[in-house]
Amino acid sequence: MTRKAPDQISAERLAGQVSAAAVVHGDGTLIEDPAVYAPLVINDRKISDVTETVCGYAEQPAPMWWYAAITVSSLAALMAAIFIPYLIITGVGVWGLNNQVDWAWDITNFVFWIGIGHAGTLISAILCLLKQKWRTAVNRSAEAMTIFAVICAGIFPGIHVGRVWFAWMLFPIPNSNAIWPNFRSPLLWDVFAVSTYATVSLLFWYMGMIPDLATLRDRAQRRLLSGKQMPFLLLLPTGHTLHIKWINIDKIRAFVYGLLALGWRFSSRHWHRYEAAYLILAGISTPLVLSVHSIVSFDFATSVLPGWHTTIFPPYFVAGAIFGGFAMVLLLLIPFRALLPNFSDLLTLRHLENMAKILLVTGMMVGFAYGMEFFIAWYGGNEFEWKVFINNRANPAKAPYWWAYWTMITCNVLSPQLFWFRALRQNPWVIWLVSLAVTVGMWFERFVIIVTSLHRAWLPGEWHMFWPTWVDILTFVGSCGIFLTLFLLFAKFLPMFAMAEVKAVMPEADPHGDAGPSHGHDPVYAVEGGPGGPGGIHPGGHAEKKGDDHG
Amino acid sequence: MTMAERQPKAGSWARDIAMVLGTYIPGFARPPARFVTEQGKPVHGIVAEFDNVVKVYHAAEKVRDAGFKRWDLYSPFPIHGVEEAMGFKRTSLPIFVAAIGFCGAGLGLLFQYWVSASAYPLVVQGKPFGAWEPFVPIMFELGVLPSAFAALFGMLMLNGLPRYHHPLLSREQFLRSSDDRFFICIEAEDPAFDAERIRSLLESAGAESVDLVEDDA
Repeated sequence: MTRKAPDQISAERLAGQVSAAAVVHGDGTLIEDPAVYAPLVINDRKISDVTETVCGYAEQPAPMWWYAAITVSSLAALMAAIFIPYLIITGVGVWGLNNQVDWAWDITNFVFWIGIGHAGTLISAILCLLKQKWRTAVNRSAEAMTIFAVICAGIFPGIHVGRVWFAWMLFPIPNSNAIWPNFRSPLLWDVFAVSTYATVSLLFWYMGMIPDLATLRDRAQRRLLSGKQMPFLLLLPTGHTLHIKWINIDKIRAFVYGLLALGWRFSSRHWHRYEAAYLILAGISTPLVLSVHSIVSFDFATSVLPGWHTTIFPPYFVAGAIFGGFAMVLLLLIPFRALLPNFSDLLTLRHLENMAKILLVTGMMVGFAYGMEFFIAWYGGNEFEWKVFINNRANPAKAPYWWAYWTMITCNVLSPQLFWFRALRQNPWVIWLVSLAVTVGMWFERFVIIVTSLHRAWLPGEWHMFWPTWVDILTFVGSCGIFLTLFLLFAKFLPMFAMAEVKAVMPEADPHGDAGPSHGHDPVYAVEGGPGGPGGIHPGGHAEKKGDDHG
Repeated sequence: MTMAERQPKAGSWARDIAMVLGTYIPGFARPPARFVTEQGKPVHGIVAEFDNVVKVYHAAEKVRDAGFKRWDLYSPFPIHGVEEAMGFKRTSLPIFVAAIGFCGAGLGLLFQYWVSASAYPLVVQGKPFGAWEPFVPIMFELGVLPSAFAALFGMLMLNGLPRYHHPLLSREQFLRSSDDRFFICIEAEDPAFDAERIRSLLESAGAESVDLVEDDA
């Protein structure tokens, strides 16, 4: 398709060839004309509105639903606090493991959580290298999600070893027995990969937050200097707010955020090195994230077990991780978008649509991998491998875990196919439900890989079913609780959007444009008498002309 | 605003080092200020406020062309192309990070080789003890890990951070640089510092306000 210049589009529209409504619909970001970039921030927001909106989430008293949500999630997290010590005191026999199936929910949960983390790194690093500006709407919360998912992931390998007090032997630490770990084992590579990944993700997340923490510090400091401190309000379960006068919340904010911001003062010379460091971190995180899940897949692929011993595992696991991670990003952010004020100005329908497209693509990759596994099992001519796929997984008449396999196929391969339809991939409800299905499906994928491959070995005498006990189930519920609690705390106390990055991709930030404090609309995409409504939709107010290079 | 010039050695290495020591290490006295206000307070510099990025970008070009060296532009986000407008060199951070990263990877390889071939040789599938191929994943991870630390802490170190206080941060108006305002500050340490000349330069560049900043550090 040839690219149209905006004035040509304007002329066509004036001549009645293109209706304005055909160009813009939804919230104004679903522009179908490929010659025009969709606005990244809508509703005529200025740079100061971004500060006000994002800092508002951290500064205003938390809404009632936040208290309700954190009550539920911290009660769930309590399950982990009860059942992990119970496991350690009693022994791994409290799980449903047996001699045949010695890895089950523990490693399923580990791979599930570590995979979820990968979308955060993908958004912050790979999309940064690819200069995808829309990532600025989601990168901060996705990075936070990465950290919290890796925390949940780290729990399970730690506790599954049984005698947890020997877990330090995972690391190459000199000891009195002069024993060293085996550097030729993928399990040891995994220790290094996951701990490096956790550390690098934390550094990346923290570095990205330094300027935004400085913004929160400066706002508190300005209120202190001008004598307009915010009151410290506590919402009571009765619905009343309690004003605690002896707590000067802005003083605490200026101190804590000030400490975390390390004295950042928005200097351009600092920004220059900061951007260099950001690019370096993005550059090293990209191969890192690919290596981490490849190495996780080596835990299985280097074994000789039919169903695990597959060369397709590394790319298959990486695609699955990105798939599951994006689903979790959407699962978390769509409710926040509905509940927090002005969230949808920064996270637009276009952003959701982009992520839905990524779900579709990665879902197809995962579906292709499922197909290839099957094909190779047949084509490879290994009888045992073929039996694993047919008799242990797919055939409902013979495989006791057929329901797990078909749940996986339905959720991961079939449900994203809805996104072929534009109306469905632009509907937040549909996206949320598909994300939920994908999250469930990705958990089942790991369960299928681990349990259905293990539960029947070479001899029928070695066949044994795995059923989870309530300790298995409640420990997993506990890890979900830890994850959600941490995310809710993040949403309340830290900047949920990368403010500096969002501002940098706004038209006002272009030093070569004609932007001023009162930037005008691009008349081409203004809808006269169109669906304005409350909130004032100004479609295309920030639409950028393609070809303008302001990176 | 009369200023008494006391120390003519601005821009010299000795003065810079003394300045850094005095700023970051308690117990070291900084050299006396070059300029003081009528009240005798040391002067940090002159700060100008701008209300949009286009003005501040062109102002930066003017300040660069006027030959100033000790000055900075403050903006709520990194401005695209500001390196050129301000005329400073690319940072050497990538070289530093690369050096640390390759050292980490190299030491990681040597460590694995030492453990596997010398300290605790373990027969695994009859493979040679010192084969390098299985060491690649951990070698890579041990290259990435120190690189990430070097990128973050190297960036902070070159920026002179963390820093407890800075004279500009005492000004309520300057704190808007983290919201939606832009500032240019020309420091008194600049050898070409001349208050009247700077004021007229910044005002002609479209500054909203031009103020003297006292050094209260």
